[in-house]
Amino acid sequence: MNWSDFSHAVFNFTDYAQLLPLFRDSLLAGAILGLVGGLIGTFVMMRDLAFAVHGIAELSFAGAAFALLVGADVIFGSLAGSVLAALLLGVMGVRAREKNSVIGVIMPFGLGLGILFLSLYQGRAANKFGLLTGQIVSVDSTQLSALAATAAVVIAGLVLIWRPLTFASADPDIAAARGIPVRTLSLAFMFLLGISVALSIQVVGALLVLALLITPAAAALQVTAAPRKVVLLSVAFAIISTVGGIMLALGGSIPISPYVTTLSFLIYVLCRGVGAVRRRRGWTVRTPLEAAHA
Amino acid sequence: MSATSTPPGVAVASAPAVSLRGASLAYGPRTLWDGLDLDIAPGEFLAVLGANGSGKTSFLKVLLGLVPLGAGTLAIDGEPARRGSRAIGYVPQQKHFPPDTPLRARDLVGLGVDGHKWGIRLRGRAYRKRVDALLAEVGAASYAKIPVGMLSGGEQQRLRIAQALAPNPKVLLCDEPLLSLDLHHQRAVSALVGRQAKRNGTAVVFVTHEINPILEHVDRVLYLAGGRFTIGTPGEVMTTEVLSRLYGTHVEVLHSHGRIAVVGMPDRVLDGHPEELPGVELQGQP
Repeated sequence: MNWSDFSHAVFNFTDYAQLLPLFRDSLLAGAILGLVGGLIGTFVMMRDLAFAVHGIAELSFAGAAFALLVGADVIFGSLAGSVLAALLLGVMGVRAREKNSVIGVIMPFGLGLGILFLSLYQGRAANKFGLLTGQIVSVDSTQLSALAATAAVVIAGLVLIWRPLTFASADPDIAAARGIPVRTLSLAFMFLLGISVALSIQVVGALLVLALLITPAAAALQVTAAPRKVVLLSVAFAIISTVGGIMLALGGSIPISPYVTTLSFLIYVLCRGVGAVRRRRGWTVRTPLEAAHA
Repeated sequence: MSATSTPPGVAVASAPAVSLRGASLAYGPRTLWDGLDLDIAPGEFLAVLGANGSGKTSFLKVLLGLVPLGAGTLAIDGEPARRGSRAIGYVPQQKHFPPDTPLRARDLVGLGVDGHKWGIRLRGRAYRKRVDALLAEVGAASYAKIPVGMLSGGEQQRLRIAQALAPNPKVLLCDEPLLSLDLHHQRAVSALVGRQAKRNGTAVVFVTHEINPILEHVDRVLYLAGGRFTIGTPGEVMTTEVLSRLYGTHVEVLHSHGRIAVVGMPDRVLDGHPEELPGVELQGQP
């Protein structure tokens, strides 16, 4: 493959104006997933669950592959797999160390199962590949409304438990002493996380879920610690990555996930740079008392 | 061993902030303490001392309503102890926040104001005012907007105290809050807690293994050892006779330049150690 073939496959904007309206549903789906990923990502970072997200995604993949094999609904399969995995993690490991070893055990098992189901599957190869690398371009309007409804449930759930979950994530000991049901909140959060992972797999695939659920929040945390700004930036970064990724991918002939992951990676690198400058300029400088009261 | 239940120099007229009657706590065959009668008055500073495993942390857990008493009664501000009581503020050991924690100093304090409520905060005005007042109270206004992960241990402890004071508690429970702080911060944090007791009338229960940094603020000491306890002013309790009797072996209490040293204390008074109680996730050990 020479350079012009490569660039033609990656970036191709011929007939872009005609193409764009056809992908309206995909763009909307991307925006919804960005919103969910950006919101839940801040808690994933706070609770140190990046590895858990990866583990959940592999089991979600196994569930989807099984559904594909037996002819059931793939999205349902992926939902079942990830919610099951998330709740399992929520019940089993309370401490990070314990949790990480449980994930390390579960993850290859899930991936192995998924590969087994896929190799038994006789249908289209594109379906197989899509589970791992994403297939948002095929979203139709029924799927879109299902997606939007599920996303609305996740967001409503998150908003409901927002403050106690923040408390329990930042300082579980004090939160428990203050009567906050730390363990119940943790399970509720894992449930919402499981759903979010299953949704995200539809766009970026099981292997790249972290680009939606971790990278945007991690990037936001590089530049600010103000809770509202973290959430806003994280959501903005996630939406820019998904919607931007789909728009760049429209004309090309490769899946959208490389675009999404590259965009979110670039945003992260940029934020790291900004954060480094901010720290060097004195992020931690104490303001004189008069100024603090002003 | 009997206990004096009226603190010195505190008006008896005011209702006690904490009242224990015939209280005992045991894990299986091991009794941590038994027959404990204790009233803590508003504004009183009680230090809880004792070796590792003597039941200091369990004492706090009982007050927090996380562990039920084996026998006897406990009232906090006249009410039975319960989990999550607004009458209690809790300041734990210093524990570092990861540098990328998405909270600034003021947000950490704010968790004490409305972190227990469901949903998201819709009206911020009263909240902001309260947080500003609490920050000023503990002298943390100058770093209000700095991320918690970038603050020193002493600064974080000040914020935890501000957070604990948010609901205007009657009792401030401190569990080794000076641990891993340098001398300067130890002094500043204990002065802050002492002032809270004297000026605002909050009863303080201060669990520590080292009395010296808080000595000037302490009204009474509850000393736990080997299933026994003794209560009194530091001058009454911190003597060679009393502690030797308590430990059942000779220990030497030395006073020098306003500091107290206990020498010859048995390493472990008990055969076992209640590292963690089953079913309780507080103060998890690494």
